[in-house]
Amino acid sequence: MSAGVLFDAPGPKARVRHRIYTVLSVLALAGVVALVVLRLADKGQLEYALWEPFVTPDYLQVILDALTQTLKMAFGAIVLAIVFGVLFGIGKLSDHAWVRWPSWAVVEFFRAVPVLLLMTGLWLAFSIGDGPLSPFWCVVIALTLYNGSVLAEVLRAGINAVPAGQVEAAYALGLRKSQVIWLVQLPQAVKIMLPALVSQCVVALKDTSLGYYITAPGLTAVMRPIYLEFQNQVPTAIVIASIYIVVNILLTLLATWLQHKLVGERKQLDVPMVGAGTTSTT
Amino acid sequence: MEAVLSDYDLYLKGFALTVGLVLVSGVASLVFGALLAAARVGPIWVLSKAASLYVTIFRNTPLLMVFIFVAIAMPRIGITFKFVEEIAVGDWSISAFFFRACVALTLYTSAFVCEAFRSGINAVPLGQAEAARALGLTFTQNMTNVVMPQALRAVVPPLTSVIIALTKNTSVAAAFGIAEATSAMRTLGNRYGDQVVEIFFFIAIGYIVVVELLALGSYALERRWKVASR
Repeated sequence: MSAGVLFDAPGPKARVRHRIYTVLSVLALAGVVALVVLRLADKGQLEYALWEPFVTPDYLQVILDALTQTLKMAFGAIVLAIVFGVLFGIGKLSDHAWVRWPSWAVVEFFRAVPVLLLMTGLWLAFSIGDGPLSPFWCVVIALTLYNGSVLAEVLRAGINAVPAGQVEAAYALGLRKSQVIWLVQLPQAVKIMLPALVSQCVVALKDTSLGYYITAPGLTAVMRPIYLEFQNQVPTAIVIASIYIVVNILLTLLATWLQHKLVGERKQLDVPMVGAGTTSTT
Repeated sequence: MEAVLSDYDLYLKGFALTVGLVLVSGVASLVFGALLAAARVGPIWVLSKAASLYVTIFRNTPLLMVFIFVAIAMPRIGITFKFVEEIAVGDWSISAFFFRACVALTLYTSAFVCEAFRSGINAVPLGQAEAARALGLTFTQNMTNVVMPQALRAVVPPLTSVIIALTKNTSVAAAFGIAEATSAMRTLGNRYGDQVVEIFFFIAIGYIVVVELLALGSYALERRWKVASR
């Protein structure tokens, strides 16, 4: 039963069957790939002229600048989101109802509303015409509010995952409530939370692309001038998507590494999308 | 206030489209995601790797990029999905825009559905299946009576999260010519520049209602399927 809960270790007949299925699926997958490549070649999408901008230093510079903008937005949003998350995460755990309920309402609101709606709302209210905010900051603030709310929930789950004995021992030693949170619960919770935090970076990075709708800079926004100049929509989309994928995979690898390093084999901290009452966390 | 009241029609139509997108691409991605998950956990090595590659690619691509592929890049190689406009049921037909949005949302969401199913199956302890086999249950009995009932229960919370994320993700369709709720906000915001905040909260409440309904539905399912465990 090494194969898991779904099937037994295969016998000789099953092995033959599996081999046949393997060959068939290889053929089918190869067929699909061939079809795509043929289609692209047929429509002249593989011609060098369409791919040339991506080996031209000037255009690479433009794309690199756009990548920097995207990373800046994501990084800024995550840093601010951590602050937001710590404030409201601890707020949600407060013993005072007048702190707990507003924090709960803020976190639930921003988790339930689409990021793009937040972004567009901010843009319409503060940026369009000659408002005080640039589209860049609309993206950063919208991502901060959303990711901060998710992080608040992650923080709460992380603190709750710290064994109760730790807290009891700290109180028994005579520590005050704030000391218990800052000296005992948070340092241990951070270790449990870190992989989830890095995964949230992937979400933030992906969501920066939504700035496209509100004319913010970034990797997605830079595509338009390029494909309008060269009429190379397909190559541009492939190249830009690959950049996103590579950066995100690097971040995911970091999250997995942190998980093994800090938490061991335990499952990554996972929070449900909405409603603290609907599902039991960890 | 009056902005939403006088253009109530736009508001309702926007949310009707949002709900429509959720329903169509939700069902489609549940089906496609389940197929992917079957390939992912099945015994065929190649299919498992292919499904895992699919999941890696789509989980790490922004949804907006998927939309760009479907709505901007694919028409360049002659895939426009125009044919759906030919299909008409009575005087009701689907626009190519709506269909493209559903395709993009389905491609993206399936990857997450696949992972949700996989985590559900992984949540069943190995000992359960071993015990069932030791008791002499056949493969089919093992699946229908032991593994699947447990996997199904474990899959509800992550699947709900995925569908709720899908609901919020339908807003991206606004950037590609669909007049759903977020695009309704932009239209209203442009029309009544001084009432942006009220309009924003009205649309936000609409989303919250849809999301909370989904969450309540999932909670009811969980309650109903709950077995006296432990």
